[in-house]
Amino acid sequence: MNKKLVTIIDYKMGNVRSVAKAFEAIGCKTLISNKSDDVGKASFLVLPGVGTFGEGMRHLTELGLIEPLRDQVFNKGMPFLGICLGMQLLANEGYENGYHKGLGWIDGVVKRFSFNDEKLKIPHMGWNDINIICDSPLFYDTKNNRTFYFVHSYHLISEDPRMCIARCHYGYDFTAAIQSNNIFATQFHPEKSQKAGLKVLNNFVNNIDK
Amino acid sequence: MLKKRLIPIMLFKNDRLVKSIRFEEFRNVGNPIQMARVYNSRGVDELVFLDINATCEKRKPLLVFIKEILEECFMPLTVGGGIRNLNDIDDLLKIGADKVSINTAAVEDPSFVSEAAKRFGSSNIVVSIDAKRKPDSKYEVFTHGGHAATGLDAVDFAKQAEEMGAGEILINSIDSDGMMGGYDIGLIHNVSSAVNVPVIGCGGAGKPKDFVDCVTLGGTSAVAAASIFHFTEYTPAMIKRHMKDQGLDVRINY
Repeated sequence: MNKKLVTIIDYKMGNVRSVAKAFEAIGCKTLISNKSDDVGKASFLVLPGVGTFGEGMRHLTELGLIEPLRDQVFNKGMPFLGICLGMQLLANEGYENGYHKGLGWIDGVVKRFSFNDEKLKIPHMGWNDINIICDSPLFYDTKNNRTFYFVHSYHLISEDPRMCIARCHYGYDFTAAIQSNNIFATQFHPEKSQKAGLKVLNNFVNNIDK
Repeated sequence: MLKKRLIPIMLFKNDRLVKSIRFEEFRNVGNPIQMARVYNSRGVDELVFLDINATCEKRKPLLVFIKEILEECFMPLTVGGGIRNLNDIDDLLKIGADKVSINTAAVEDPSFVSEAAKRFGSSNIVVSIDAKRKPDSKYEVFTHGGHAATGLDAVDFAKQAEEMGAGEILINSIDSDGMMGGYDIGLIHNVSSAVNVPVIGCGGAGKPKDFVDCVTLGGTSAVAAASIFHFTEYTPAMIKRHMKDQGLDVRINY
């Protein structure tokens, strides 16, 4: 059987090798690329990302990747997974180091954690449990282990509650994962979440209807 | 609930993993790649790899070698030792390191920390502080693998590191290192209550209760240790079980 090809967008925002390694561990072929041509050849697209919102958008723009990605995801129905910053960039706008326009694929904004009186540390860093709030193929058969690795100071606030498929609690409930048709995204890092994370990646490549 | 993290520290010197006592008397404890593989299967929450001689030997991080370690890890890895400029950080993040730990360079040029945080995001930048107790019960920061006194107060420096954009502080007691008599709770508590970023306590763990004390009395988000995993029968799983029994939320299912 041919191995599934996962194309991982390298837009200078770190961590691409970790993501590739995790997909390889579950039997996929990976292509790390920043070329718009390669975006079209994939069967699965992954936008990872570590770093700041503004820098992420700047690199996507400079590399000419925004339109090819949009075309694949919206016109051709390509399964797409955004991870951490790669999820946040889907929003309309972000407020990390000032205002930045996002991809606008998801109605929502990205804001910094803000706590009233609780002495909670920022970034939200470490392993935390998620609560599944509606069925999604991404979390198929994960009942036994839903603890994932998070590291972020900002989070997505979605205007459309129907997109939120999982929440996490840190000071208050925030969106931990979203799905809108063929667009999936997680605030946590599945590639760093050992078995629980590999299961989610496995669901992404094997369990969603194309 | 956010879990308290258990983090083994791998100290690297002359091609081997070592364990020190008060930053001296190094003992060889094995091969880092094998060790990373073992830890990955034991469900620890993160790993820290520190190349402790890199700065003194004026070396860059050993990228090819670190890459081999990263291939064994499906959990976060922090890499430190010899990081002097933004290119060093870029190189490490590119091969898959999740966080970098800056020590000497943060003291010599605090603006380096802010530049790094601005470019790579605070979440990737750990400032590690090696501190020694002074007679007046304050703590002084040491650099160059614990060899060079700086005259800086550890708590003041931790606050400065946070202001500069460090996303996490790794606080290590030189006095307690390798002694296995418990963490220096005074040092750890002073630092963790002074900053609003997560703090990892390090230095001195010898029994499961020490880890509980580090979190409950020291106020840390994570506990790091090395000797206990090499020189006692305690495994990470046993320590986490004890932490859980004492009411702490830790990741048991992995």
